[in-house]
Amino acid sequence: MPEIRVTPLGAAEAGSTSHPPSCSGAGQDVGRSCILVSIGGKNVMLDCGMHMGFSDDRRFPDFSYITRNGRLTDFLDCVIISHFHLDHCGALPYFSEMVGYDGPIYMTQPTQAICPILLEDYRKIAVDKKGEANFFTSQMIKDCMKKVVAVHLHQTVQVDDELEIKAYYAGHVLGAAMFQIKVGSESVVYTGDYNMTPDRHLGAAWIDKCRPNLLITESTYATTIRDSKRCRERDFLKKVHETVERGGKVLIPVFALGRAQELCILLETFWERMDLKAPIYFSTGLTEKANHYYKLFIPWTNQKIRKTFVQRNMFEFKHIKAFDRAFADSPGPMVVFATPGMLHAGQSLQIFRKWAGSERNMVIMPGYCVQGTVGHKILSGQRKLEMEGRQVLEVKMQVEYMSFSAHADAKGIMQLVGQAEPENVLLVHGEAKKMEFLKQKIEQEFRVSCYMPANGETVTLSTSPSIPVGISLGLLKREMAQGLLPDAKKPRLLHGTLIMKDSNFRLVSSEQALKELGLSEHQLRFTCRVHLHDTRKEQETALRVYSHLKSVLKDHCVQHLPDGSVTVESILIQAAAHSEDPSTKVLLVSWTYQDEELGSYLTSLLKKGLPQAS
Amino acid sequence: MAAHLKKRVYEEFTKVVQQQQEEIATKKLRLTKPSKSAALHIDLCKATSPADALQYLLQFARKPVEAESVEGVVRILLEHYYKENDPSVRLKIASLLGLLSKTAGFSPDCIMDDAINILQNEKSHQVLAQLLDTLLAIGTKLPENQAIQMRLVDVACKHLTDTSHGVRNKCLQLLGNLGSLEKSVAKDTEGLAIRDVQKIIGDYFSDQDPRVRTAAIKAMLQLHERGLKLHQTIYNQACKLLSDDYEQVRSAAVQLIWVVSQLYPESIVPIPSSNEEIRLVDDAFGKICHMVSDGSWVVRVQAAKLLGSMEQVSSHFLEQTLDKKLMSDLRRKRTAHERAKELYSSGEFSSGRKWGDDAPKEEIDTGAVNLIESGACGAFVHGLEDEMYEVRIAAVEALCMLAQSSPSFAEKCLDFLVDMFNDEIEEVRLQSIHTMRKISNNITLREDQLDTVLAVLEDSSRDIREALHELLCCTNVSTKEGIHLALVELLKNLTKYPTDRDSIWKCLKFLGSRHPTLVLPLVPELLSTHPFFDTAEPDMDDPAYIAVLVLIFNAAKTCPTMPALFSDHTFRHYAYLRDSLSHLVPALRLPGRKLVSSAVSPNITPQEDPSHQFLQQSLERVYSLQHLDPQGTQELLEFTIRDLQRLGELQCELAGVADFSATYLRCQLLLIKALQEKLWNVAAPLYLKQSDLALAAAKQIMEETYKMEFMYSGVENKQVVIIHHMRLQAKALQLIVTARTTRGVDPLFGMCEKFLQEVDFFQRCFIADLPHLQDSFVDKLLDLMPRLMTAKPAEVVKILQTMLRQSTFLHLPLPEQIHKASATIIEPAGESDNPLRFTSGLVVALDVDATLEHVQDPQNTVKVQVLYPDGQAQMIHPKPADFRNPGPGRHRLITQVYLSHTAWTEPCQVEVRLLLAYNSSSRIPKSPWIEGGEMAPQVETSIEGTIPLSKSVKVYIMPKPARR
Repeated sequence: MPEIRVTPLGAAEAGSTSHPPSCSGAGQDVGRSCILVSIGGKNVMLDCGMHMGFSDDRRFPDFSYITRNGRLTDFLDCVIISHFHLDHCGALPYFSEMVGYDGPIYMTQPTQAICPILLEDYRKIAVDKKGEANFFTSQMIKDCMKKVVAVHLHQTVQVDDELEIKAYYAGHVLGAAMFQIKVGSESVVYTGDYNMTPDRHLGAAWIDKCRPNLLITESTYATTIRDSKRCRERDFLKKVHETVERGGKVLIPVFALGRAQELCILLETFWERMDLKAPIYFSTGLTEKANHYYKLFIPWTNQKIRKTFVQRNMFEFKHIKAFDRAFADSPGPMVVFATPGMLHAGQSLQIFRKWAGSERNMVIMPGYCVQGTVGHKILSGQRKLEMEGRQVLEVKMQVEYMSFSAHADAKGIMQLVGQAEPENVLLVHGEAKKMEFLKQKIEQEFRVSCYMPANGETVTLSTSPSIPVGISLGLLKREMAQGLLPDAKKPRLLHGTLIMKDSNFRLVSSEQALKELGLSEHQLRFTCRVHLHDTRKEQETALRVYSHLKSVLKDHCVQHLPDGSVTVESILIQAAAHSEDPSTKVLLVSWTYQDEELGSYLTSLLKKGLPQAS
Repeated sequence: MAAHLKKRVYEEFTKVVQQQQEEIATKKLRLTKPSKSAALHIDLCKATSPADALQYLLQFARKPVEAESVEGVVRILLEHYYKENDPSVRLKIASLLGLLSKTAGFSPDCIMDDAINILQNEKSHQVLAQLLDTLLAIGTKLPENQAIQMRLVDVACKHLTDTSHGVRNKCLQLLGNLGSLEKSVAKDTEGLAIRDVQKIIGDYFSDQDPRVRTAAIKAMLQLHERGLKLHQTIYNQACKLLSDDYEQVRSAAVQLIWVVSQLYPESIVPIPSSNEEIRLVDDAFGKICHMVSDGSWVVRVQAAKLLGSMEQVSSHFLEQTLDKKLMSDLRRKRTAHERAKELYSSGEFSSGRKWGDDAPKEEIDTGAVNLIESGACGAFVHGLEDEMYEVRIAAVEALCMLAQSSPSFAEKCLDFLVDMFNDEIEEVRLQSIHTMRKISNNITLREDQLDTVLAVLEDSSRDIREALHELLCCTNVSTKEGIHLALVELLKNLTKYPTDRDSIWKCLKFLGSRHPTLVLPLVPELLSTHPFFDTAEPDMDDPAYIAVLVLIFNAAKTCPTMPALFSDHTFRHYAYLRDSLSHLVPALRLPGRKLVSSAVSPNITPQEDPSHQFLQQSLERVYSLQHLDPQGTQELLEFTIRDLQRLGELQCELAGVADFSATYLRCQLLLIKALQEKLWNVAAPLYLKQSDLALAAAKQIMEETYKMEFMYSGVENKQVVIIHHMRLQAKALQLIVTARTTRGVDPLFGMCEKFLQEVDFFQRCFIADLPHLQDSFVDKLLDLMPRLMTAKPAEVVKILQTMLRQSTFLHLPLPEQIHKASATIIEPAGESDNPLRFTSGLVVALDVDATLEHVQDPQNTVKVQVLYPDGQAQMIHPKPADFRNPGPGRHRLITQVYLSHTAWTEPCQVEVRLLLAYNSSSRIPKSPWIEGGEMAPQVETSIEGTIPLSKSVKVYIMPKPARR
């Protein structure tokens, strides 16, 4: 039985199988994505993420799981990266250069462009700042990126003769894509992270009715239905506007890519609309570099930006300028986007410390903050913070929280499942408890089976792939001529011969098959004797049989031959006297294999006896 | 090589010509047929290859064919069709047959048999499809002939089983367009079984080709459009098509479902997988709502649009569309809207949001959460958040329509509309503001909503701001804080965009008159009066102060206690503003002052209205005095004109009628005066000077008649006749005066002839109205027409002169609704002392902003004229997109005019004004003769001209010499 196998890859501490699967995170884990899929004899690795929470070996997936011995290149046919977030591509250099993989790596062009910047940044923090050893080098990132093959949206890429992949728009971040992996008639769709509601710079995810055997979808917000985005945007803009108007400063800690650009666009258009004059700054470095790429990849953005970029590229900000350290002390209102997003270090923390003292100022946290960070503390209402060196910082500025997230919510996930119409659904990238709810909903509403494997756990789906069979035109036409037009609702019976030759199936008429195979035709005849109590002569019995059959079988051609035998189509009936009992006549019924249906009907008819002559 | 080829081409060509010569000799057809078909026949015979034939046919198709020769042409084409082997040529012929059968005045029933005949022998699918198309053209041409229709339907049914989708498509189209509506008719056409067209089309809903499925649905919709009542069973079939793989099928299916839901709104359908039943319209509504989150945006737009017109849906379902059950980690969460409402009702609005403020509340029963099939649930929430702005606009429009029919829904959708004010596309923002204005009768804005609405006042787009001002004009505000907030924001807007001044004042006028009781407590604060101290008198020229006063005075109109709060200078300012801005400041009943004019109470109908009666009486008086002595008549006319003009100024609703009648009377007066001239009594050559007066009068009458004809909206045909009649009289006058003052007869010949042509034209155009013109100038003129035609010019002039003197005064019937077109240029204001400086030879853009009232079709008629000091005049045609339509009868022109000139030494003023261009041919009713192909007289039809529409505004400009 052909089958599809899916395995979310476990963390690097594997080998110690003592960990219960639910603990090792994995498929049911927001931390990292790395999934192994076997389909139609091909092995594909989907995403190659790392876990941001660990700083030891556990941060990378356990690639030794894939092959116990032997090279990865021999085992894997290709690697697909859905988008540039590190939890989806962070382990790529480690995987390709340190573990060793030389096959193709597929990703979209924006991902290909932005991914190395993020990897390099990440490497710098890990090696230069934290001083970690045994980490990939800049050269490795470069070498790894050389193996990347860029794909366009909706472009069907033939990986080899049988395996093909196709990218769909996913909306999550610039260049995020969903991938359809197809071998023969079997297919799997992997969504990566996606967003079903458009935002200020990206459109909504979209997929056609591709009816895959399996849909692997993320489920970060499995149990959430979100409010309309507009309220959030409006609140955000109102807060910023009010603060700026009364002369205050607004600090927005963000991560370099993704939300930062969305908020920039939001503020930029608002400034433009309202004709505001207060300056907006964003931190130099990564964001600046990334903005450059955003300008280039206009086809990946939303309708508004695509339509207006001829007049003006929305990412060429008029009101947003690069930040300089000295600006933080200048008087007057301003808005600053600073990294990192959780206020735990770097520029955003520095500015925060400078501005926290004035109640006119405001800090807006646009995303989730990990426990222990300054961001988390102020969000939970703490007003006095202890900084290093026993300093106490009193926070007088206003603290606001705005959630801007780019994952599909439960409704969005259901919508995507509805669009793609898969036969099976597999949930990854979420918390087990929440996924349970979604699983139940999917099974209930779409009546498809749904899986949620733990890390290292393999899900095996048996598929019944349809096998195309070529039919000869002659045979088809002959069948057409016999009956009415084919009716979609009713199956039709068709006689023919199936020839299997070099994994090639053909349905031809039996004569042609015989000719092709050089065989002569054999005839198979059934004969049957029916004893009939009749005292009359054979001739008369035959005549009676003839008249009886003639009256019963109105649609068939019944003939009485001169030699005394009766034929019904090609079935021959002969009457003879019984050798022992002359009052019993023996009817010999003989038919070919092809007329089996009619023949057996005739015998059963004759066995009932003839009607009394009247 | 090329030369060789060319030679060969010529060789072949000549050869063909020779052949054709022989054939012509043998063909008898040519002699009997009209030239058109003969030419075609020759061409077709000439063609050696299919490509040639195709070329000839293409050439032939470029020229129209007269109705008489169509049949001949068709015969030729058919003959060639039988011989032709190439399908592409046959295809072209088939399409030509279709085109020809559409020719006006040709009855195509004679070619139907042939068309059906060739259809039966045709093998090519493409040609078949084209032939069916031709049959469709024939069938639609003969809607009365039931037998033919039955036959065509029969043909279509026969070919429905064709293997090509194109043929099936056309068959379905044919069925949809011609399928019989009543079955009873079928009785007399024996031999043809009665066919249930709906059933046949319905069977093709499950065709394997999506194009055929679409065509089947479209055919069904076509049946509906032709008035055939669709069966309810179609509903279920259509519902299945909603999950089709192809977007065009889904899109058409949505339409079909909508149609059925409108036909059977009240019938009951079961809900699958439960025992419940609901109304069909509700079920359909749920299904269409579901399509708002379809994968294809085309379908989404279609669905969102149709939602708006489903007014019978029950309110329960309707309100679901705005409800999206929020949850977070399986716990129920309130939407931001709900939170805002709660905060507001608990009295702690604008407390600022805290972390965890939106923390989810109660646990949700996992079984009860329905993630998709909740029907209408949240459809509009999705539609308004859609990626494509087309969908969002459609959703906003639908919201508008539904909210207009359901006040409770209007209340609910308010939050969502307010949210749309922040959309990224300006068009969507504008649309939602307009929508809000349309439903504002049903709603009262909460303070927090008002806050969001007012935030948009800072938008840099003028359209948005003005739309918002319009919205505020008709908004209900609930609290005095709301009014205050609105005023503060409007004043902020005023300081930021001073050009909005008029719009803001107008907005405050309505705001004040709608909410007098809410303004009352604010008055001391707004006027900054103090119980003990006198405060400084504000600057009277400050637009912001005027804005405040406009608000207060309008509120005071219905709030008699308010004036008590005013300080002395307020009363003085009132007096000033009442004079200078009388359209914004109402008359107030102030203590110690008499009300100047008592307003007419609105419940008097126009007939009882004394001013209307006055108008009628004065007009009747004029019309009754027809044969008085000229002196008396003149005086009476003068007085009446004066009265009417004054009446128009006082009563704005009668201004149109009064002006119109006054203009007419003035024409009459001018005519009488001209005829009283001494010049008539003296020998012509001696009084050259006086003749100027009469000529000037004739010219002025002409001008006035053009104004009457084109500047008033609501002028009907009976007025047009009178106006034209007056113009004819003026022309006669012109002719007479010219005849008397010119020597020699030669130029008179031309003039007389022209005049008689005009009389002729008048007769043709208004033949139906002639009986009403008893005893008039033209009536008598027409009586004498035969004599005039043959008479010498001198005699004609003589006759005209006596007739003009004898002519009676025609009664001008007043139209029901008449409004004078007017325009005001708001910008440039013409006040600036700083000249616009620009380098000579280059251009400077001048922003022109004007309001137009009662101008019909302003895109084509309104022009901008720029007059330079050197007499040079420039006419500028504004772009159609520069006109906006803020309300019925009103237009707004916002455009840029480019000025340029050679260098001047001093700054100087150019004049800018609006003109109304007219073209007399557009008004004159088309007579059948002109349509019949006869040449229309060129004299009248081509008169084009312009009428000044607005006062001119002076703009100070200074083209500087270019620096080298």
